[in-house]
Amino acid sequence: MALRVEDLRVHYRTMRGDVRALDGVSFELEDGEIMGLAGESGCGKTTLGKSLIRLDERMRHVGGTAVLDALELPIGDDRAMNRRRYTDVSIIPQYSMSALNPTRKIGKLTADLLRAKGRSYRQLRPELVRRLELVGLSEKVLDNYPIELSGGMKQRVVMVLSTLLDPSLLIADEVTSALDVSNQKAVAETLVRFRDLGFVKSMIVVTHDLSLVYQIADTIMIMYAGQVVEKAPAETIVGSPRHPYTQALIGALPEVGLEYGDKRLKSIPGRPPQLLNPPSGCRFRERCPLADRRCAEDPPVVRIADDHVASCWKVTN
Amino acid sequence: MLELENVWKSYRVGALGSKRLTAVRDVSFAIAPGEVLSVVGESGSGKTTIGKMVLQLISVTNGSIRLNGEDITAARHSRRKAYYRRVQGVFQDPFSSYNPIFKADRVLETVRESFFPESKRSEWDGKVERTLLSVGLDPGAVLRKYPHQLSGGQLQRMLIARALLLDIEVLVADEIISMLDASTRIDVLNLLGGLKQRGLGVLFITHDLSLANYISERVIIMRHGAVVEMGATGKVFGDPRHPYSRNLLASVPQLHRKWSDAPTELEALEPDGDRDIAPPPLREVDEDHWAAIGP
Repeated sequence: MALRVEDLRVHYRTMRGDVRALDGVSFELEDGEIMGLAGESGCGKTTLGKSLIRLDERMRHVGGTAVLDALELPIGDDRAMNRRRYTDVSIIPQYSMSALNPTRKIGKLTADLLRAKGRSYRQLRPELVRRLELVGLSEKVLDNYPIELSGGMKQRVVMVLSTLLDPSLLIADEVTSALDVSNQKAVAETLVRFRDLGFVKSMIVVTHDLSLVYQIADTIMIMYAGQVVEKAPAETIVGSPRHPYTQALIGALPEVGLEYGDKRLKSIPGRPPQLLNPPSGCRFRERCPLADRRCAEDPPVVRIADDHVASCWKVTN
Repeated sequence: MLELENVWKSYRVGALGSKRLTAVRDVSFAIAPGEVLSVVGESGSGKTTIGKMVLQLISVTNGSIRLNGEDITAARHSRRKAYYRRVQGVFQDPFSSYNPIFKADRVLETVRESFFPESKRSEWDGKVERTLLSVGLDPGAVLRKYPHQLSGGQLQRMLIARALLLDIEVLVADEIISMLDASTRIDVLNLLGGLKQRGLGVLFITHDLSLANYISERVIIMRHGAVVEMGATGKVFGDPRHPYSRNLLASVPQLHRKWSDAPTELEALEPDGDRDIAPPPLREVDEDHWAAIGP
């Protein structure tokens, strides 16, 4: 078991009160697992990714634990987390193209980064060069400033740097969203290759694009309004989802081969609830076609199979 | 209805406009009434530039754009207003299309101010209400609200309603659903499908091939500013002839089909050469299907 998250609660402090961006999130991640984390904007997927590495000033750790490789992550303690960051947990940020310091050459920047972690740049340099070559970059980029590289190149540099110390867990936050179709594929396949080569043990790929994450993920977890609604192997989520929200979400995706004339895709009416004072019970019930009175109570987490859980009253095993 | 003939566009870039970048090269196509035409391509392929030229936001370097036979390429400012009655656009980011200081329905009011100043208040309000209903919005829920109080989907539909208040014939929709969530974007997409039944021509600009396939009858694939393949959607996506189109289709992530199931080697493509020479000509490879390939 690489990562076990239990009942994690992270709130955003605002003038009007706490926004419950993560409200009781529990899941497990096996060694070597690539988990896709999908959901609509505002469902808490980016917050979850950030919580596992660094809370920003507005975020507050309210409850719950995350245990990585049998050692608890001190989520609320920024200082204590520093020892785990980059060596155990690493992230490829959402705007990785702007993640590089524009005033430093790539090599210098890497040296600074490693020094902060007490590692020697000189020792790690051959490995760094080997990995850069693996993603199709030459050693020369170490002497370049970020501005001299194209968007796709910067993306690859960031990918190599984030995984240089072989972290146990890598969080990839919307890494493909800003890229073109062909670059998207290359980046996604590189993520898988990094796992296969053992550069990272397990990975959480945060995305809003289900069809992309389906290509590379072993399992997919769907979030809605700060909670987990369903987690299962990628094939199951796409082929036979059980939670009504997952079903509606899959049903709303157009595919190559599907035309407006043949079959009309259906959207999900309504919008997600406010997380400032979220309603009790199932948060999807306002938009759910199957909702009944029982859904006003918090739904149970149903274990449909060993690797398939959904939290819904209507799901039975 | 709307025709583009051998349209070119070069931008001046670099310090003091010292360099030229040719963004659109020799593009010709036509949109018929009641047709959704998709323009797909990767970033930098010139698709947005085409939309901007059709909307007369930027000038055309060479070639001509005609609306119902009338050449609008060299239209002066005075004729722009009449043109905008018939051609309107909606853009990618709904939140930056509105002024956050004003209520969102101001975009509808400005249409009245500049195009229908003589219309009576009650008549106009009735028309606004009918138009909002026709795009699937509840007038009570969206009128007199600020942009931040509405969702992206509502804002985009309100912009479409704004265009429909005019007697438009062509709507340029540039990535209008890229920023919307999966659960709501389909409403906006289906709305575009409804527009074609009203006889509107829609120029749908997108990078998402599956959306283009879902909504449009005809599709244009662009690369480096030139058209590489165009024709009926089923033919272009079902039987792509140009290597670039094949690469693009092989790279699109799809549900129910994994890349690893059918690994395809990407075909070698011609590099981006001198953009000022004419691109390879399109050849009719099938009925209503053209590709820029040799015989």
